[in-house]
Amino acid sequence: MLDAKIPSGPLDDKWTEYKGHCKLVNPANKRKLEVIIVGTGLAGASAAAALGELGYKVKAFCFQDSPRRAHSIAAQGGINAAKNYQNDGDSVFRLFYDTIKGGDYRAREANVHRLAEVSANIIDQCVAQGVPFAREYGGLLSNRSFGGTQVQRTFYAAGQTGQQLLIGAYQALERQIALGNVQMYARHEMLEIVKIDGKARGIIARNLVNGELERHFGHAVLLCTGGYGNVFYLSTNAMGSNTTAIWKAHRKGAAFANPCFTQIHPTCIPVSGDHQSKLTLMSESLRNDGRIWVPKKKDDQRKAIDIPEEERDYYLERRYPAFGNLVPRDVASRAAKERCDEGYGVGTSKQAVYLDFADAIVRYGKIEAGKEGKSNMSMEEIIVLGKEVVKEKYGNLFDMYEKITGENPYELPMRIYPAVHYTMGGLWVNYELQTTIPGLYTLGEANFSDHGANRLGASALMQGLADGYFVIPYTLGNSLADEIYNKAIETSHPAFEAAEKEVSDRINQLMNIKGKQTVESFHKRLGKIIWDKCGMARNKEGLQQAIQEIQALKKEFWSDVRIPGSINEMNPELDKANRVADFIELGELMCVDALNRNESCGGHFREEFQTEDGEALRDDANYMYVAAWESKSAHEWNLIKEPLVYDVVKPSQRSYK
Amino acid sequence: MEHYNMNLTVKVWRQKNSKDKGGFQSYPVKDISSEMSFLEMIDVLNEQLIRDGEDPIAFDHDCREGICGQCSMYINGKPHGAWKANTTCQLHMRAFKDGETVTIEPWRAGAFPVIKDLMVDRSAFDRIIQAGGYISVNTGNAVDGNALPINKDKADASFAAAMCIGCGACVAACKNSSAMLFLSAKVAHLALLPQGEPERKSRVLNMVAQMDKEGFGACTNTGACEATCPKEISISNIARLNQEYLVASLTADK
Ligand SMILES: Cc1cc2nc3c(=O)[nH]c(=O)nc-3n(C[C@H](O)[C@H](O)[C@H](O)COP(=O)(O)OP(=O)(O)OC[C@H]3O[C@@H](n4cnc5c(N)ncnc54)[C@H](O)[C@@H]3O)c2cc1C
Ligand code: SF4
Ligand code: FES
Repeated sequence: MLDAKIPSGPLDDKWTEYKGHCKLVNPANKRKLEVIIVGTGLAGASAAAALGELGYKVKAFCFQDSPRRAHSIAAQGGINAAKNYQNDGDSVFRLFYDTIKGGDYRAREANVHRLAEVSANIIDQCVAQGVPFAREYGGLLSNRSFGGTQVQRTFYAAGQTGQQLLIGAYQALERQIALGNVQMYARHEMLEIVKIDGKARGIIARNLVNGELERHFGHAVLLCTGGYGNVFYLSTNAMGSNTTAIWKAHRKGAAFANPCFTQIHPTCIPVSGDHQSKLTLMSESLRNDGRIWVPKKKDDQRKAIDIPEEERDYYLERRYPAFGNLVPRDVASRAAKERCDEGYGVGTSKQAVYLDFADAIVRYGKIEAGKEGKSNMSMEEIIVLGKEVVKEKYGNLFDMYEKITGENPYELPMRIYPAVHYTMGGLWVNYELQTTIPGLYTLGEANFSDHGANRLGASALMQGLADGYFVIPYTLGNSLADEIYNKAIETSHPAFEAAEKEVSDRINQLMNIKGKQTVESFHKRLGKIIWDKCGMARNKEGLQQAIQEIQALKKEFWSDVRIPGSINEMNPELDKANRVADFIELGELMCVDALNRNESCGGHFREEFQTEDGEALRDDANYMYVAAWESKSAHEWNLIKEPLVYDVVKPSQRSYK
Repeated sequence: MEHYNMNLTVKVWRQKNSKDKGGFQSYPVKDISSEMSFLEMIDVLNEQLIRDGEDPIAFDHDCREGICGQCSMYINGKPHGAWKANTTCQLHMRAFKDGETVTIEPWRAGAFPVIKDLMVDRSAFDRIIQAGGYISVNTGNAVDGNALPINKDKADASFAAAMCIGCGACVAACKNSSAMLFLSAKVAHLALLPQGEPERKSRVLNMVAQMDKEGFGACTNTGACEATCPKEISISNIARLNQEYLVASLTADK
């Protein structure tokens, strides 16, 4: 069994108590302690800045050409915080409760409560850094709604919230670089962790510009390397997002928790053809104003505007009157799939539903007309005013939609379909964010800790920054306090040598296959297996097949992949091959996990386990645990369970009706 | 949208590494759908090159949705191609016609040396930010987010400047390779907010000094940067920068 090291005492006091009693490192000693941070997205950049400010000697790594380009930059809709600025009944408890419920009772209470507690500090910190959040005319911060909640607690900067938060963290990080507290290694990819006497003590990284392998020592190593949604090939993640860092750590002994918990986001631009290289999200914030519908008639060939109101099925409003279009993502995605599978889908592929802003445009137009005191405006004039309002709220998303599809969403409803978006699973961490390898920590999307089986919108940015700015500065100190007598270990140590050799052997092996098939073609095939059999709906038979198919694919990959170019140069195909090799292994574990979990919960929907009206049917008696997998051999894993104990919230069948 | 297929000739800059001289190579590509993105067209070409035993074209990209600022190509003589307010990754093939020749080059600027093919080194931008593109506030020092109301118009203007994605197209478009639009966007973002006030003068002086050190050229107000910028960063920011700089150099205690 795993010990999550959750502090004792009442839930409300745990974090305060922890902070009051954790060990500290004095400033002089901090300067002697080296910390490696892999990844400089929101989680990594905030951690690097905060630890640099404290005086630790930090080395930070990212594979992009600058930390400002991490995948976090693409987050659109917003970030949650329990500020209750709207006076609509929000509180730390409510944010905590919504997150636990949204996660379908598969997250750890203590972590989620801490997240809710520090959420307000994040907003304050970002405002102080100059993050230009949206404001009201009175000069105060503005909020919007996101799915799975009934309050307005989401802070945003138009549809570019992730960009603005990351720029804030990036600037804080650059300041520490200028002060000499952080050394930045861009265009570097971590390919192995180094363990000495059971502890994580460094990494092997590849300089992507010249292909050289480098050894770096750290008293502790933090992995902040983001999610693994690209295991599906097509996802809303950036092209480079990968699992390599956490997968290497997993193979070196770190347990991987709930790998099958992946989030399929309901509102993305549908696939247009085989050439598709990635999918684009249309932010959940659009569900504040957009109404989702399909025609009531199967295979309706009419254009959307020709279908009269009474022949439209607003299926979310029909099925979930209390939350309507703002049900959580897993629920909205499955409902869209259900309609399309039944033959009600729209567009040429029939794999799409409408997201319609016509009503919102009229509603906002009328409000504007009212403000201007004009009661006799024509509908055309009202629509013009309404479009202005919608443009201010979502302009960049509408532009993005038009660039991709060539259609104008101010005139026609958007066509959308669910797509892979986020991974709730990740390396298992305890309350201190430490993995099962001492000295190895995981922050942000790369860990599994806070979102259970389904993440609520606007909560990933919150978690990444909570981990980096407000959690790790305390929890890392608690264990580094014991390290102050340990000098930095020379990277000539045999453990470094052995790890480097492992990496170079593997790279040589890959380059020497000289087969016929491209890396991309393998990645596509892997993605299809996982999407079909371990995607929005799963069943035992399909998962068993998928495991066979993935194992066969792995063999084929290692005997027939073709990687052009050479090792000691900039070689993006080699970088990709390293990542795809790891995705293949992870894909297998995802299916193993999905097969083990004989229940449906959140984003994990096993067709065998559903209620009469098609909702996820949990089995709390048998599966109320975190499934943490320990690597035994290439295709074998040990399951270790962390039982989930609910002291405060009473798990029940989730209802959004 | 109606879509169609096309055959093209892609004339692209190939350069093995920073020391190589480099030169153009032409490749035919077939059956490109008008629904593809520009980078998906290059993906198709690269798959073809790999199968033919050649080296694929190296280029920078990540988000493929116009926000990370990583993609950076000169397409038919224009940074990010012909569409207005657009990044390379958002350009779609419906912008091209069957039979066309498409010319692709890396950013050309002394301060952005080529790494390989279409990839350049833009770390100079990071060093400009290091010189002062931040507000010095350590974690945990903040007051309540609503303690300081900020005029909405100012906040919106600050946001408009903060939208810069650091792609470098402004530099690539400028005949002097000036980085003034990029720099001015950051100075404006922070100077428009009360939080940016305490470091206002030192920030602009230090950032401009770093820009000069990196070897970017002077601004002669041609406006090419604004016309190219995918985020429509306004050239009025440069006027603001000049004013900030002037005031700072006259009054800052050095
Ligand atoms: C399109 C989109 C929109 C979203 N919108 C929202 C939203 O509105 N609200 C919300 O809360 N969440 C949103 N999310 C989710 C959220 O953006 C992410 O979960 C979050 O940003 C992840 O941050 P991170 O710091 O954990 O990882 P990332 O930002 O992915 O950063 C990973 C870092 O690790 C580095 N890295 C990875 N592997 C290696 C390696 N092997 N070696 C070296 N470096 C490595 C990368 O270079 C990068 O710096 C959205 C996600 C997507 C895809
Ligand atoms: S100002 Fe515009 S063109 Fe220049 S770096 Fe910023 S976004 Fe790119
Ligand atoms: S790839 Fe990110 S902006 Fe083009």
